[in-house]
Amino acid sequence: MSALGELSKMKRRTGAKSAAEKRDDRRDNKAAYIFLIPWLIGLLFITIGPMVASLYLSFTDYNLLQAPNWTGLDNFARMLRDTRLHNSLGVTFTYVLVGVPVQLAVALLIAMVLDKGIRGLPFYRSVFYLPSLLGGSVAIAILWKQIFGTTGLVNQLLAMIGIQGPGWISDPNTALGSIILLHVWTFGAPMIIFLAGLRQIPAMYYEAASVDGASPWQKFAKITIPLLSPIIFFNLVLQIIGSFQAFTQAFIVSGGNGGPSDSTMFFTLYLYQKGFGQFDMGYASAMAWVLLIIIGVFTAINFVVSKYWVFYDD
Amino acid sequence: MTNLQTASPETKTVAAPISPEKKPKVRESMGSLAFSRRARARAITKHIILIACGAIMIYPLLWMVVSSLRPNDLIFKDPGLWLNTLDLSNYSSGWSALTHPFGHYMLNSAIVVIGCILGNLISCSMAAYAFARLKFTASKLFFGIMLLTLMLPFHVVVVPQYVLFSQIGWVNTFWPLIVPKLLATDAFFVFLMVQFIRGIPKDLDEAARIDGAGHPRIFLRVILPLMVPALATTTIFTFIWTWNDFFSSLIYLTDPDMFTVPVALRAFVDSQAGTSWGSLFAMSIVSLLPVFLIFLFGQRFLIKGIATTGIK
Repeated sequence: MSALGELSKMKRRTGAKSAAEKRDDRRDNKAAYIFLIPWLIGLLFITIGPMVASLYLSFTDYNLLQAPNWTGLDNFARMLRDTRLHNSLGVTFTYVLVGVPVQLAVALLIAMVLDKGIRGLPFYRSVFYLPSLLGGSVAIAILWKQIFGTTGLVNQLLAMIGIQGPGWISDPNTALGSIILLHVWTFGAPMIIFLAGLRQIPAMYYEAASVDGASPWQKFAKITIPLLSPIIFFNLVLQIIGSFQAFTQAFIVSGGNGGPSDSTMFFTLYLYQKGFGQFDMGYASAMAWVLLIIIGVFTAINFVVSKYWVFYDD
Repeated sequence: MTNLQTASPETKTVAAPISPEKKPKVRESMGSLAFSRRARARAITKHIILIACGAIMIYPLLWMVVSSLRPNDLIFKDPGLWLNTLDLSNYSSGWSALTHPFGHYMLNSAIVVIGCILGNLISCSMAAYAFARLKFTASKLFFGIMLLTLMLPFHVVVVPQYVLFSQIGWVNTFWPLIVPKLLATDAFFVFLMVQFIRGIPKDLDEAARIDGAGHPRIFLRVILPLMVPALATTTIFTFIWTWNDFFSSLIYLTDPDMFTVPVALRAFVDSQAGTSWGSLFAMSIVSLLPVFLIFLFGQRFLIKGIATTGIK
């Protein structure tokens, strides 16, 4: 099962132990905790400790030089008034709510074209997968900055057919779109997961449907989507969590300032500017917790809604 | 575990002992239709669509390579892929454009990457062995916590981590980038390895136990040699993610001596202000080359890795 499957299964498993489990109940506590020493130290000092500390800092005014100064809910009140923050939330939501569905739809579409025993599958798979390995790098963000620039590749190609394109990344209306396109370009990783999932659907379902005279659309809607739904769900949850944290591309394409006119000021970029540009670390911590809560709410909604559309075979 | 190996023979070698219940592929009946004219027309249409999509996706990359090999001004004029002369001057000027030759930053990145790979291999495999094979108090609780940390945004811990590491004087050292990996904080790999170890038959452990081996010995002599494919996947993913990682380097490495490749490239962008795209492209390609090589030679592990953690 996927990580998500494991998590949702854990609830069910905590019930009564089976007889076989009871019989085999000797424990290796000492050995286990020795093997877990690095992980436990990491959990304490790199994960949980800093989480608690950042929760505390979010109620303080802290600039790294002086001791944190308790200010109560001040940071959160400031956030309610901070229009640049509201704008950055809008930018991030647009990126997630447009980028993730479009990317997954493209990934599923290409995976379905590739699935039906096509020749040259390994070649196509490599071609589509490569961008998702490179897409997170600064180098590709630099390439994007050129491609969608005023005299970039896109406008050079448009000029060949007589169209004068805008400066995509210098125009506040299209800058975010260029970055969303970069996200869509990296559809290879979810595509591989879809491909693997499609392979698990027995072909006889489709054959039986053909015998009954089902149209391709009916097969897609009644067989592919339900049987693939756990994998669509997995991709959706992970891509949403990941996309909320997108940073590098916006930073490089905008030269670190989220411009033009804050149109690519992602929430994470604003957080970086506050925390590490202005060393307003209390405020940055409060923002980080807001991000955690937003991601948590989105994930929770995903899990709740999944009951109505995700179909588990077992 | 997925059935990728039915599609490509080369993945067969990594067909790990993960899943005993592999389903045979039952799509062969498609073959009888393959010769009908309609089916052939459909296949050709599909290939045309796929080639068109692939070409659009790869074109920018190819164009970047070609552009890096021609004079600077052509980058703003020539959208084609035709190369008249081979001009390597962008590479030589880009290599020495910053305070240090670009190789210096590549070396810095290599040090961080090697540290992170070793850290992940050791710490994650140890944690995975405990989770997959050992019974201990609160094992389910800890396993659940481990899975939850998989979804934790880095930003929630980054400020206090920065405070912690700056107080022990680790800013502008590689330690803040490497030490978390030594402490198995990459839950993705712990999970990947747990899944893999679960697929190794328990009889092997039992046999070793009867021969008097303790857990360290079973781990080192039985489990580790059998989980080489999972270790390879971990190595490759750690390489690519660490090599590309920008945010941590940006925060912790402000001294040009310590720059890794991503922050060096960023400094390059800032210093050029868009004047010499040629050398910028050249160094971008140099920075992508290791990832591309890994992709060429380690593809099967990559595909196996994401498919495994995604499906089972």
